[in-house]
Amino acid sequence: MTAAAAAEPAQSLAQPLVHAVNVTKSFHHNEVLKGIDLDVDRGQVVCLLGPSGSGKTTFLRCVNQLETIDGGRIWVDGELMGYADRDGKLYRLKNKEIAAQRREIGMVFQRFNLFPHMTALQNIIEAPTQVRGESRKSARERAMKLLDRVGLADRCNAYPAQLSGGQQQRIAIARALAMQPKLMLFDEPTSALDPELVGEVLAVMRELALDGMTMIVVTHEMSFAREVADTVVFMDAGVVVEAGPPKDVISNPQHSRTQAFLSRLRSEHEHP
Amino acid sequence: MTTDTATRPAASDADRPGPIKAVPVRHPGRWVAIAIIAVLAAMLVHLLVTNKAFDWDFVFQAMNQKPVINGFLKGTLLVTVLSMVVGVAGGVILAVMRLSDNPILSGVAWLFTWFFRSIPRYILLFTMGTLGILFQQGISFGVPFDWKIIDWLGLSGDWRFFTLDANQIFTGLVAGVIGLGLSEAAYMAEIARAGILSVDKGQAEAAQALGMSSGKVMRRVVLPQAMRVIVPPTGNETIAMLKDTSLLLAVPVLGELFYQLQSIGSTYYKTFPIAVAATLYYLAATSVLMVGQYFLERHFGRGFGTQAPRAARPAGAGGA
Repeated sequence: MTAAAAAEPAQSLAQPLVHAVNVTKSFHHNEVLKGIDLDVDRGQVVCLLGPSGSGKTTFLRCVNQLETIDGGRIWVDGELMGYADRDGKLYRLKNKEIAAQRREIGMVFQRFNLFPHMTALQNIIEAPTQVRGESRKSARERAMKLLDRVGLADRCNAYPAQLSGGQQQRIAIARALAMQPKLMLFDEPTSALDPELVGEVLAVMRELALDGMTMIVVTHEMSFAREVADTVVFMDAGVVVEAGPPKDVISNPQHSRTQAFLSRLRSEHEHP
Repeated sequence: MTTDTATRPAASDADRPGPIKAVPVRHPGRWVAIAIIAVLAAMLVHLLVTNKAFDWDFVFQAMNQKPVINGFLKGTLLVTVLSMVVGVAGGVILAVMRLSDNPILSGVAWLFTWFFRSIPRYILLFTMGTLGILFQQGISFGVPFDWKIIDWLGLSGDWRFFTLDANQIFTGLVAGVIGLGLSEAAYMAEIARAGILSVDKGQAEAAQALGMSSGKVMRRVVLPQAMRVIVPPTGNETIAMLKDTSLLLAVPVLGELFYQLQSIGSTYYKTFPIAVAATLYYLAATSVLMVGQYFLERHFGRGFGTQAPRAARPAGAGGA
């Protein structure tokens, strides 16, 4: 018991909210994550950068168990994800228990994934009423506040197909926030958007960060990362190459792979 | 630009081309086709009105007989509804089983589909009517293999709660509904599976990420969207089922529309008007079903078209 207790981080504010140690993941003998260590403190915004195929999105999906990890451990708020650790022995959690862990983590997808058969408002109240058993009335009141916060209160009865990409993504953020998560995961939230719609989504995310939400963001938006992130993590080929404050990693990268990636990104930005 | 206006000073309002008035393309072929169809239609009406073999008075009299109306209401409509309820519910369950990770569940679903799709409905219904012979002591509900366990424990008596007479179950409408329902479930399983697979994987992921249990993900998110794909072929199946109720004679079910009409026909030696009467009943019932299908498709298609009447309500009304 003592060994297990020592291994498991105690639930205290001093502990990081997300504590990932040596996370590995393979798809069909192709190792996508080769031992990722990452800590995210409460209220921190961490941006994951890196070329496509570097494992950023896979890592994000591992945090809320849309993918099961092959090795390592991920704790969120002191709770081991996906397993129960009893006397040093791991027991796989039941689907219900995994669903309960996911409730504490909001996720925003690249392709929004709003429920197309529900209006914006219905999308937002779906999880609070169906999962938490909240009354429709109070869920709707909170949903209207969230819609107001993302600037879309007037579109509450619109179906997703009637909204622009940027509006859909803002609804998707409101939908995730409706579960009052401790942690928000963003998987390239602006990559599927037309360039002129990127700003409105980033503005909502920026505000969320200012409100103290803990966020892990996979993104290619360098200016957002530089401005909002507390820590920038550069990943390549399944490993963390470099991590630190944006002014170090983005403005003054030490590693040659980071330098190559950033200069490639910059040249694409200047000569698209 | 200045040189442009100088060389083309004609760009004043008077010279701007207005709406186009052109001679449209003529379609003489269409007029020929319309003429031919008009003549054929006139011939058909003439046939219907003047040919004595139709014997319209007899047709409507036969349609108005009590046993015929009962046969339509019970043998046709009720059996269609009940068989489709069994078929759709069974089909959705089979489809979920078929898509499950558990190889036993998906294997059983496959086996069921294979078996019931292989048997012609007429033969299946005939078999249903004779199935009572398998359970001559009736069908009991209780502990399975109770007599073995009781024997093994050295006790006596039985552990059965109630017993049904199998010869009463496998007869008449009940046998018909079981047979048609099971056969329909096999077809509906494939339709429901196609519908479930048509829903984007991201939908289930988004629902999971919100903490929904797998049952909720299926019921609240995946199935409602799958319905958009499931409803049109299900409408087809319902119409086919309506017509397949005429196979109930194999069970046999005598209180069935066509059998009742036929017995009137053979009494009065009028075969053709009976066929007309049956056709009219099936035409009417199918038309009603098609209206129902239209409304179902509209309901499950919400959020997918560009038109959505509910979104037109004033914003902030809070209706959900």
